[in-house]
Amino acid sequence: MTQPATPAKQEGPLLDGGGPRKSTSGDGAGPWSGRLFRPDVRTLSLIGVLVALALIGGVTKPDEFLATSNVQLILTQASVIGVVTVGMTFVITSGGIDLSVGAIVALASVWATTVATQEYGFAGILFTAVIVGVGCGLVNGLLIAYGGMVPFIATLAMLASARGLALQITEGKTQMVSIPSVLDLGERDAYLFGIPPLVLVFAAVTVIGWLVLNRTTFGRRTVAVGGNAEAARLAGIDVRRQRLYLYLLSGLCCGIAAFLLIVLAGSGQNTNGNLYELDAIAAAIIGGTLLSGGRGTITGSVLGVLIFTTITNIFALNNLESATQQIAKGAIIVAAVLVQRRTSHTP
Amino acid sequence: MAPEPPPLLTMDGITKSFPGVRALDGVDLEVRAGEVHCLLGQNGAGKSTLIKVLAGAHQPDGGAITWRGEHVTLKSPIAAMRLGIATIYQELDLVEGLSVAENVYLGHEPTTAGFVVRGRDARTAAAALLRRLGHTEIDPARLVGELSAAQQQIVSMARALSHDVRLIVMDEPSAALDPDEVANLFRIVADLTAEGVAVVYISHRLEEIRRIGDRVTVLKDGRAVASGLPAESTPTREVVALMTGRDVEYVFPERPAQLPLAEPLLTVRGLTRRGEFAPVDLEVRPGEIVGLAGLVGSGRSEILETVYGARKAEAGQVLVDGRPLKPGSVRAAVRAGLGLAPEERKAQALLMLESITRNVSVSSMSRFSHGGWLDRGAEFKAARRATRELSLKPDLPSAPVRTLSGGNQQKAVLARWLLRGCRVLLLDEPTRGVDVGARAELYAVIRRLADDGLGVLLVSSEVPEVLGLADRVLVLREGHVVHTAPARELDEHRVLDLVMEGSPAS
Repeated sequence: MTQPATPAKQEGPLLDGGGPRKSTSGDGAGPWSGRLFRPDVRTLSLIGVLVALALIGGVTKPDEFLATSNVQLILTQASVIGVVTVGMTFVITSGGIDLSVGAIVALASVWATTVATQEYGFAGILFTAVIVGVGCGLVNGLLIAYGGMVPFIATLAMLASARGLALQITEGKTQMVSIPSVLDLGERDAYLFGIPPLVLVFAAVTVIGWLVLNRTTFGRRTVAVGGNAEAARLAGIDVRRQRLYLYLLSGLCCGIAAFLLIVLAGSGQNTNGNLYELDAIAAAIIGGTLLSGGRGTITGSVLGVLIFTTITNIFALNNLESATQQIAKGAIIVAAVLVQRRTSHTP
Repeated sequence: MAPEPPPLLTMDGITKSFPGVRALDGVDLEVRAGEVHCLLGQNGAGKSTLIKVLAGAHQPDGGAITWRGEHVTLKSPIAAMRLGIATIYQELDLVEGLSVAENVYLGHEPTTAGFVVRGRDARTAAAALLRRLGHTEIDPARLVGELSAAQQQIVSMARALSHDVRLIVMDEPSAALDPDEVANLFRIVADLTAEGVAVVYISHRLEEIRRIGDRVTVLKDGRAVASGLPAESTPTREVVALMTGRDVEYVFPERPAQLPLAEPLLTVRGLTRRGEFAPVDLEVRPGEIVGLAGLVGSGRSEILETVYGARKAEAGQVLVDGRPLKPGSVRAAVRAGLGLAPEERKAQALLMLESITRNVSVSSMSRFSHGGWLDRGAEFKAARRATRELSLKPDLPSAPVRTLSGGNQQKAVLARWLLRGCRVLLLDEPTRGVDVGARAELYAVIRRLADDGLGVLLVSSEVPEVLGLADRVLVLREGHVVHTAPARELDEHRVLDLVMEGSPAS
């Protein structure tokens, strides 16, 4: 008999490990497996948190919080860390981590604002910021993908070195930007239909990031490498090259973020991007990206960033200390992860 | 008939449901002191859930458990252990970075003043336990991570014995063992039962159950369809019929009468890796299934992985259609038309968080993309075509691959290579973890792929599988090919003689 025997009825889905597992419709699968808008439980709960925060802000400071200028401010502040978080989401989805993002932002921002760089004007600053970001990402990627270093260690080393180099370049001084075309980007006159250009950049990076993660072979390979690197390798995926690209991507995002920060602050400083790595990781995790890799969501990450930025804003409007704010952030991370463990299957 | 001793354990009408699944639907189990009670059933029949209830890891929804005449509830694994019920899971739960003695006494270390671990006492006691198990060669001070799988299992058993144990549950203990290690396992089981300890033994291998079992309980779809059958005298046919609802054990598809004389698709010349296998030569023609038979450690899987480029050959060549492959490059092998279904499906082949479609398409993504942009409609359709061709069930391409049974997960891996247009399939233990009923179907699928012109190189530790499925068999012993013959000229005894003795002369 060369035809398969008619299978007995044991073929249905079954509980192999015997543990309770929820169905995956809605939760778990995330927005990348379905239509463009398929709100799952997690995304909805993040939106719910954001709405709750808006209510708190609206109640405590009704006039200030909902003012257009304040909303513009929140979005602008979210832009810098948001761009970094998009890159971080890719890296974490692949099962890696990038601890050096804050330091890369600092180095790129000071390198791009040296007197020598500023001679080349707008393009010089933008180009330098991006190249420094990509360059640091290249070093990370080569060490991790081809040098066999653990991402945690390699990017920790980059964190230390890039911060050191940034301090060496500035000698601790703030480097003011004197290029009008750069500074003008942060001014109200540059807003498009009320939207600051920085926010537009953030939106563009988000949309591109979402498309790349969910609609391209690059995104699919990222998820495969993070889900099971050995299986990806044996399926014929070039795992090392993919890892290299991912750290390059994270570096690129840091370079873009550095440029946004230069526009926002009108200067470059070696203390820029302090603790961005923690904010970006936290935003990605509460958004629903698995720290162990194999599952990532840009939508969730962006919502995570917006939640953090809104909290900061509300605390600032109510004149609460930043210490309290840090505690609130920590509590939110814990709460978000606990909620996720209850609403989704975590292998 | 002599009066029966009261049972050690009685489980009565145990039910347990998980969302969407009724895993146990009123199971009865009765175990007597000093017996080997075998639990049989296909994957999903409820064996795992039942032993987790017994181990205190799951709480039953209904039913009663009586232990030594008293009604008990097993609230936690610790509660079960205190009563004297120990479980050795299939996936060993040892800490690799701790020593043997530390693992054996993990959680109940001998201590001074309640917290200072008396390491030497633990080592001495562990050594005594290992001696009792007949494994004096395992040093209690060694790290568990340095031990072989078989030795780790012994450590697991020593851990069970370190408690005052009256019932040991063993979940497929022989799955990762060589025949001589299995013989030792059986000796240990016999010693334990002679001391009055009861053993609940789970295995897919019927011949083992015949050798050491006293009684058999068969589970099917969450119910005990037969309990207390005599292990020795119940005909295989009857047991298989109970498990599957059919009365065939293995059905191998027919071989084609004559293979077309074609140029070999895959040629391996002098392939070598020191310490793993000696120079190997082999050829696979279109439509041909070539089997590699040998024990664990004979180099079977290593040869397959080296052909595939997952390990780098030290010498020798792999040619596909006469063109040599770049050594040590999986990508080159895949591009040339090789596809591997590895031994550890979950660890090496599947993306467990992903859907069936994505698992199938992962090696062919460039076919569904334009400049990196995926055409997901085309991807879905092509993947569905491939899974339907292999009658993968359920026919739900968006379902997560982790919800599939072992046999259907294997089909997903095969569909991956079918979709890729692969020409030579390398199958490493293709039916491991696949239940008896689904095997025949998988065999038929593999034969059909060969009939369609693929070459297949098959590795299996189950000799009947190699003999039943392959056209030609290479017998391996300690990294050497000791014999090559058409499968129909060999029988199981002959192959076992060859792998043990290694004498190619007949």
